[in-house]
Amino acid sequence: MSEKVLMKGNEAIAEAALRAGCQCFFGYPITPQTELAAYMSKRMPKLGRVYLQAESEIAAINMVYGAAGTGARAMTSSSSPGISLKSEGISYMAGADLPGVIVNITRGGPGLGGIQPAQSDYWQATRAAGHGDFHMIVLAPSTVQEMADEVYNAFEIADRYRTPVMILGDGMLGQMMEPVSLPQEKTEKTDKPWAADGHRNKRKKNVINSLFLKTQELEDKNIERFERYEIIKENEQRAEMYVTDDAEIIIVAFGASARVARSAVDRARSVGIKVGLIRPITLWPYPTKAIESVVDRAKKFLVVEMNMGQMVDDVRLSVAGRKAVDFFGHTGGIIPTPTEVFEQIERIAVEKGDE
Amino acid sequence: MSEIIFKRPDALEDTVFSYCPGCTHGISHRLIAEIIDELGIEGTTIGVAPVGCSVMACDFFTCDMFEAAHGRAPAVATGIKRVNPDNVVFAYQGDGDLASIGMAETVHAATRGENITVIFINNAIYGMTGGQMAPTSLPGQVTQTSPFGRDVMQAGYPIRVVELLSELDGVALAQRVTLDTPKHVHEAKRAIKKAFEYQIAGVGYSIVEIVSTCPTNWGLSPQDAFQWMRDNMLPYYPLGVYRDVKAEGFDNIHDRAADKRERLSCGKDEK
Repeated sequence: MSEKVLMKGNEAIAEAALRAGCQCFFGYPITPQTELAAYMSKRMPKLGRVYLQAESEIAAINMVYGAAGTGARAMTSSSSPGISLKSEGISYMAGADLPGVIVNITRGGPGLGGIQPAQSDYWQATRAAGHGDFHMIVLAPSTVQEMADEVYNAFEIADRYRTPVMILGDGMLGQMMEPVSLPQEKTEKTDKPWAADGHRNKRKKNVINSLFLKTQELEDKNIERFERYEIIKENEQRAEMYVTDDAEIIIVAFGASARVARSAVDRARSVGIKVGLIRPITLWPYPTKAIESVVDRAKKFLVVEMNMGQMVDDVRLSVAGRKAVDFFGHTGGIIPTPTEVFEQIERIAVEKGDE
Repeated sequence: MSEIIFKRPDALEDTVFSYCPGCTHGISHRLIAEIIDELGIEGTTIGVAPVGCSVMACDFFTCDMFEAAHGRAPAVATGIKRVNPDNVVFAYQGDGDLASIGMAETVHAATRGENITVIFINNAIYGMTGGQMAPTSLPGQVTQTSPFGRDVMQAGYPIRVVELLSELDGVALAQRVTLDTPKHVHEAKRAIKKAFEYQIAGVGYSIVEIVSTCPTNWGLSPQDAFQWMRDNMLPYYPLGVYRDVKAEGFDNIHDRAADKRERLSCGKDEK
């Protein structure tokens, strides 16, 4: 590992993407992710790689589709309203089994919403990133270091499973500065025999396509993809477990919320409350195994998010009715404070005592 | 010893087209394939097929192909070409695809001077979805969604695509052709070939609009469709060359812009 440098989250993503061998970046300005595009516009041409500011988010994701289809490591970034526009292209990428990295540095919504940090794209990212039967892998870093590490990882798993991968951070993570050790430069290329980069009369032609007019063909294609999703669910789900070994109250929080929750857990522990934190790193596949590992001992779950409670569904599915699941959060761009979360933990601890 | 003087182009798959009888997609495909053969670029060419009738073009050409979302072919082609500048990239788009939903992608790819070739099939109607009004449908033209004829007071005017694009500095070649007579077919082939040659020489964005027919949705026989096209479409969409930077004496779009002092810059010189 190289020595640490102080970087903004958005810039750490950009630099790590360069080191992961990202050959092209297509973007469109939107707050609060713009530093990422700015960094790319400065560095990519000097490395002989492609930076292009597209005319819209829709064009940008379709440029990613074209570049990725020729086997290049391609990337785009945006924020919530821009991701809505990209959802068309994400669906087509999934339909054509194309790898690619989409960074979403989220803000509040719906509509134009605001520009302050929020996590209200959870449903969009994990449930409906576009039309049709598909998933994409969603990674949720909670530090600047992780933003660098996860974007590097995102390119690897995108290629491995031939699927779009989203880095879901929020405006706070994108804008904050922290020391970061940058990953090593990746030099070896991934072999992509499916790529349509000109057959040079050396192989059969390749077609990048998501259209299957024969019903059975489309169903077969979707079944094959969902078999791949089962492998992804088995191999890729990840979560950080923080003092969960003896915990009776389990907080589940990701990204910036998890940082707040962790402070609240430390304070609650200091007054003797047995509380722990599960921080999902993969939002899809959801780390159900992590929840399964504590569900028998836990008395209650508390989900903390910067939205109206979107991840609660996934926690409830994992808990499967065995324990109660509470929610605390803010929306609109308000970040919950550690004190607010601590008060929730205290409330639950007292309720627990009443049982 | 006999010599083969006419055969299926190597760049076309040995399969049956799915187009309606009398539709000019077949001729257009064949011309592109002949040119790919003549230029010897099958191995380096990448085609982008649109949404619409020609969505199955992926099945017909023997080069590598992409299927793109409705209207997004210029953006997909941009992504392909930017990371593979040595490949020949063409997009094949209909009027609804190019001039309606994909107009932003079209104008911006053209204005960036993307070194790609666009073949634009204009038959003034949405074909695959069953004959609705297109952005290129003529005033008074009856379609499924303009049952009383296109009313310009309500639906606006048809778009003349090559005239519009020819105003953009990034455009190297903008030409309109048709396929109703052998003479016109030869002219069309020369135009398409020039468009590919310009791309190979790095001249800039090239577009050839082919004024076409849709006998099925126009409700006409193939012959009557050609006559209707001549009587109604060609007056609105005159054939001709609307931009050709080489004919103007420039090697590429940037030389032309510099010469015309159109490349105004501000701030620092490039270091």
